[in-house]
Amino acid sequence: MDIATTLTLGTQRPVASAYAAPPTRRRRRARQSVIPGFGLTLGLTLVWLSLIVLVPLSTVFLRSAGMGWDAFTAAAFAPRALAAYWVSFATSFVAALINAVFGLMTAWVLVRYDFPGRRVVNAMVDLPFALPTAVAGIALTALYAGNGWIGRYTEPLGIKLAYNPVGITLALVFVGLPFIVRAVEPVLEDFDRELEEAAGTLGASPLQIFTRVILPAILPSVLTGFALAFARGLGEYGSVIFIAGNMPFKSEITPLLIVTHLEQYDYAGATAIATVMLLAAFAMLLVINLVQAWSRGRYTR
Amino acid sequence: MIRLEGITKTYGTYAALQGIDLSVRDGEFLALLGPSGSGKTTLLRIIAGLAFPDSGRVLFNGEDVTQLKVAQRKVGFVFQHYALFKHMTIADNVGFGLSVRSRRERPSAAAIRARAHELLELVQLAGLADRYPAQLSGGQRQRVALARALAVEPQMLLLDEPFGALDAKVRKTLRRWLRDLHRQMGLTSIFVTHDQEEALELADRIVVMDKGLIEQVGTAEQVYMEPASAFVSDFVGETNHLPGGFHVRPHDIEIVEGEGQPVRVENVFRKGGNWRIEGRHQALGQVIEFDLDAQRTPPLVGALVQVRPQRLKAFTGNPEDFHEHA
Repeated sequence: MDIATTLTLGTQRPVASAYAAPPTRRRRRARQSVIPGFGLTLGLTLVWLSLIVLVPLSTVFLRSAGMGWDAFTAAAFAPRALAAYWVSFATSFVAALINAVFGLMTAWVLVRYDFPGRRVVNAMVDLPFALPTAVAGIALTALYAGNGWIGRYTEPLGIKLAYNPVGITLALVFVGLPFIVRAVEPVLEDFDRELEEAAGTLGASPLQIFTRVILPAILPSVLTGFALAFARGLGEYGSVIFIAGNMPFKSEITPLLIVTHLEQYDYAGATAIATVMLLAAFAMLLVINLVQAWSRGRYTR
Repeated sequence: MIRLEGITKTYGTYAALQGIDLSVRDGEFLALLGPSGSGKTTLLRIIAGLAFPDSGRVLFNGEDVTQLKVAQRKVGFVFQHYALFKHMTIADNVGFGLSVRSRRERPSAAAIRARAHELLELVQLAGLADRYPAQLSGGQRQRVALARALAVEPQMLLLDEPFGALDAKVRKTLRRWLRDLHRQMGLTSIFVTHDQEEALELADRIVVMDKGLIEQVGTAEQVYMEPASAFVSDFVGETNHLPGGFHVRPHDIEIVEGEGQPVRVENVFRKGGNWRIEGRHQALGQVIEFDLDAQRTPPLVGALVQVRPQRLKAFTGNPEDFHEHA
């Protein structure tokens, strides 16, 4: 081998090994993990999750499985139930979307600017978490109803803010806000300001810097917040029922329909609707998670 | 030509720059050298338009750009930690500056891509256009950052500790490569470093800074051989401090036969092509360092040798006022 080949080989070798995946990674992790007790903690986690999440949810399936296919479809896909699904999913989706925009803005203001009362605002963001949802519902109704502080001015203009899907959406925006803010905030805090400066030196305008540099970097966290707010919206009950009006086919949410069935001792019907809700919610959350994994994995691998 | 006139900048009560006057010639490779806190990075950021001075003016070719925003200054800036856009491919990173231009000035997508490939070839990364930054090594990322800065055809190149995050070997290769690139392109370039070796090797001229002030401006030879102040003498190269403000470099002390100043050898080790000897000066009572050609036999530890300084400098407080002793 002459010197030239030796030199090229010498420079190539480290490059090649840098990209080759270590072949024994899995075995090594099992034997000499930095954090001990992997088997134990995984076991405990699985038992715990089973007790808290899996067992209760599976009883929903067991219940509905016992009622027979015809009875199940009759209850789960009754016109009133279909309308309730639509109201629940549409209002949750719109509310999560609104929250994505304004939650991002709130997080931005809290991270980027220092102003008097910043800590107070910061604490206020968590209020929807802490407030009993019924209290929120009553407060929102008092505001937005036709004789309320705000509703009284919008109603003459033909804008009804309560006792319809708009009211439901308003309530869901209220309870969902902290999810987006708290999901985006840490990511925005970690965002490297040098990237903005780099884009600036390359001639990008502030708007271009936001849409092309910052937004792509924080989008996965916005999606996380969106998924959480959406999921919360689907399950929300207390704050919604006061402002919703609860008119079947118009402003009746799925959780309320389930309660209605329960009050009529129609346990089978209630579980049938719950099953559909559960599957649909799971499917949507899975899709959002996949989108997120894809957008993240695309460039960090 | 870049001219800085009376630049000052304070952060709170901390004076980062206290009156900087400097001219940078066209096509020059200039180093801003100093310890951390000397204000060198602040100065570079003020030239770029990433920071603004409290007073003073920045002039590009006689035109006052002090109030101009960074996007309008047409400077290429390279960051220590590369600052690549993680969600974009290498080609998109390099083409970014062209793609954000207003519709009238923006080249077509194909033209941007072609230009990106051209630049990636220049920085010898032609095959990596479709990778993402996370898949590249540190040295490769810094070259991408350089290509990205060059893509917008800046009127100057500003580099903030461009090799600071790289390991020693890559740093050396990249340094030589950058020097060649500068010779090839002749683009006015200013880089910030705290590594005197880097400054001495790369720069046409070196600006030595300390505590927000310029201590000396000169070629590597001038800064090393004729330091204008005790600080420069100390910061650039190695120096023995002797009583009375005298400075003497280790390679300027010679072991002599016969009459000299007696030194008791305390430690001997190899340093490149020389022996480095640490010994206690018998008259002064302090440890001094000096070099001996590695071809010669080093003295044993504990031996008494006679030395004589060949070149001595005295700094009497006032940096401008120094005398040379032969």
